[in-house]
Amino acid sequence: MDRSLRVAVLGHVDHGKSTTIGRLLHDTDSLPTGKLEELEAISKRRGVPLEWSFVLDALQAERDQAVTIDTTRVWFTWKDRRYAIIDAPGHREFVRNMLSGASEADAAVLVVDAIEGIGEQTRRHAHLARLLGLRQLAVAINKLDAIGFDRAGFDRLAEDARALLAGLGLEARATIPVSARDGDNLVHRSARTPWYDGPTLIEALDAFENLDMPAESPLRLRVQDVYRIDDRRIAVGRIESGRVAVGDTVVLLPSGANATVRSIDRWNAPVAEVAIAGESIGLSFHEPVFVDRGDTIAHPEGAPPLDYAFRAVVFWLSEAPPVVGEYLVAQFGPTSARVRVAGIGRALDTSSLADVATGAVPQYAMLELDLRGRVQLPLDTQASLPATSRLVLMRETDVVGGGFVESVATRATNLHPSGHLVTRAEREAVHGHRAAVLWMTGLSGAGKSTLAMALERRLFGSGYNAFVLDGDNIRAGLNRDLGFAPADRSENLRRVAEVAALLAEAGTIAIVAFISPMEADRELARQACGSDFKEIYISTDVETCEARDTKGLYARARAGEIADFTGVSAPYEAPGSPDIAIQTRGRSVDECVDELLTFVKQAVAPH
Amino acid sequence: MPRDADLDELEARSIYILREARRCVAPLAMLWSIGKDSTALLWLARKAFFGAVPFPVVQLDTEMELPEVYQFRDDIAKAWDLDLRVEMCPPEASVDQTLPPASRAAARKTEGLKNLIGHAGYKGVLVGIRRDEQATRAKERVFSPRSFGSDWDVRNQPSEFWNHYTTDVPEGTHLRIHPLLHWTEVDIWRYHERENIPFCDLYFAREGKRYRSLGEKNITVPIESNASTIAEIIAELETTREPERAGRVMDHDSEDSFERLRTAGYM
Repeated sequence: MDRSLRVAVLGHVDHGKSTTIGRLLHDTDSLPTGKLEELEAISKRRGVPLEWSFVLDALQAERDQAVTIDTTRVWFTWKDRRYAIIDAPGHREFVRNMLSGASEADAAVLVVDAIEGIGEQTRRHAHLARLLGLRQLAVAINKLDAIGFDRAGFDRLAEDARALLAGLGLEARATIPVSARDGDNLVHRSARTPWYDGPTLIEALDAFENLDMPAESPLRLRVQDVYRIDDRRIAVGRIESGRVAVGDTVVLLPSGANATVRSIDRWNAPVAEVAIAGESIGLSFHEPVFVDRGDTIAHPEGAPPLDYAFRAVVFWLSEAPPVVGEYLVAQFGPTSARVRVAGIGRALDTSSLADVATGAVPQYAMLELDLRGRVQLPLDTQASLPATSRLVLMRETDVVGGGFVESVATRATNLHPSGHLVTRAEREAVHGHRAAVLWMTGLSGAGKSTLAMALERRLFGSGYNAFVLDGDNIRAGLNRDLGFAPADRSENLRRVAEVAALLAEAGTIAIVAFISPMEADRELARQACGSDFKEIYISTDVETCEARDTKGLYARARAGEIADFTGVSAPYEAPGSPDIAIQTRGRSVDECVDELLTFVKQAVAPH
Repeated sequence: MPRDADLDELEARSIYILREARRCVAPLAMLWSIGKDSTALLWLARKAFFGAVPFPVVQLDTEMELPEVYQFRDDIAKAWDLDLRVEMCPPEASVDQTLPPASRAAARKTEGLKNLIGHAGYKGVLVGIRRDEQATRAKERVFSPRSFGSDWDVRNQPSEFWNHYTTDVPEGTHLRIHPLLHWTEVDIWRYHERENIPFCDLYFAREGKRYRSLGEKNITVPIESNASTIAEIIAELETTREPERAGRVMDHDSEDSFERLRTAGYM
């Protein structure tokens, strides 16, 4: 038997989604015995006309409020084909439930009320259809009885719907005039729309195809777990695309190790030396490779590229907007990666279709997020392999977004294209070490400049080419046009980061000593410097810094003479996960520099 | 005969869910009502873990099951080498007396389950419910968080899409995990038939009656049927328009009795 066609029913609240489904069940003769009588009795008891939507809205609370609370699912059979209908609620608060339901759909029906036309939720759901990659769409213009089955009225609404979908690169396969309550053009062709010669809703559904997992695409299996059975280690997971056979050479990512498939393991199933997309299997290998949850198994040819940074298109589900610099967890099935929000591209309010400020992204916006992992990730894109490009974003234990990888962006290798006839590698070869940007952040008085100067001296003494950028040498010349207002401080850091990046290109170890209190500014610096950037957090606590007060600045800030003084009257955003943190309290400069030196020498050691 | 693509897909997804549960949720246990669904779930666990069921299997016992059910339980537990734990449910007198009488047996099981979670400290409980059984079950998540009192907050369920499940829940709360949620009654029987999974023969007709759904003997009634093979059961289901749980008295006590049971922690 074939799998059921899964159809999500989308649309604005009260436009008649549940009514469409209830009536469809009735007209396909799929309601259980007694259900119609039960509905009539309930409707009568409540003193309302017969409500088809009660079929689905089984929860007491839903009947009372007459809105569908959560995603639900019903099945019916029509002409030997099975259908699973996913009821996706239109009520604003429940979009995430809708996403839960509709993410499994093969096709969707968008229901539009003939009187109200395109509503806020119609637009939002159309965006979700795009995000979910639903290409098989039908539009049902409902409540046509309310406009007297007027053809011109229908044509206008059909055009509105077409324009909305076209703006998202979508196209409906059919746009159908219906009156769901009376069953017009759902299963039975309506005598009230003689001017309509397109398909009925059931005919439109019949024309849609099941979207099976892609067996002909490159192999992807993300490891869920590893079981030790007898003498073998068996990696288990579901093949998300492609196929794998015993004897195949595969690559484990991100480690890059190659292995040969020794067995495909199943229990109480026909023995087969090959497995295809959709199957949950076990794999063992001839080589004693290390494999763990989250690893991606692919063929060496057709393996996904590995990278740190990527741009995702995301449907944002949280009331709290994304913040540049914050860390989220990106889940690609069982593969999990901590990622930093490096930037927010365009953000769109999906109900009004207006661009919104990226600093205050509203719930249910669709946005572009630049994300950056601390380790390399195998990354498929929506264009290359949709199934494995999908990701879910978590903040702590909350799901805050869902979307897909749109593009993979490496900054470090192409950020400073230039016509130099001397390459960076040649410069580094002459110096005998690699370049880096050592970005020291911390409170005033934490010891940044002291440590930076001592580090520069020690590095120079050991034959390393290093140079310190700090407030004294930068603000005296390059940045003497800048003051200390927030915008000026940001610009100051932007220029410092660009200079540091150029120094690194010249093969030098740039040591940067600036308070740089804001995560967003440090993030921009990280972007300017790419993989050269090493964040060094001089984590001396504020009490110690204030006790030192070498320049008397804390005293003046406390006296109110300096406004917006970091640590006193302005915030300091400590790094979430610096490359190294140095606590100076109670320690000598030499002790701290020793620790730094060990870190730096490793960071700049030649390949 | 070509493989049944629909069953393959259902099976593969359930195996994926079971493997996620075992990896991400501990300690873990499975409820076994000895019926066709949770027996199929046990079978799927053996598929997922290559023959063994690597967690305790718990029966919430009211001592009111039919004798054939207990016999079947003991036979299978031995044959499949299950770590079977029988959790005795508290007496009827101890449950909410405002519930309709037939719902009280279900309430006893709810209390039994709460007791179990209380003393065994399970973080996850695998349960073989399906969306098509009952309308409130249709609204479930695969990984469904329960509060301290085992309450189900149907209005505030986590998002669940693209094989990503919420497996991390606060201390003192637990997850109900539903690997069969996407199956239908006919799917279960077709799977029993294909895989030759043993089941309690009360599902077959004797003297013109069979059990379509197995509950306690005082609150479950057999249906009119002559089906004595799985093929005949499937043929019967494909033509019937009677709901599966028609024989479960508790579902029909009042309009909202099943919902009340579920929000209070019933399976």
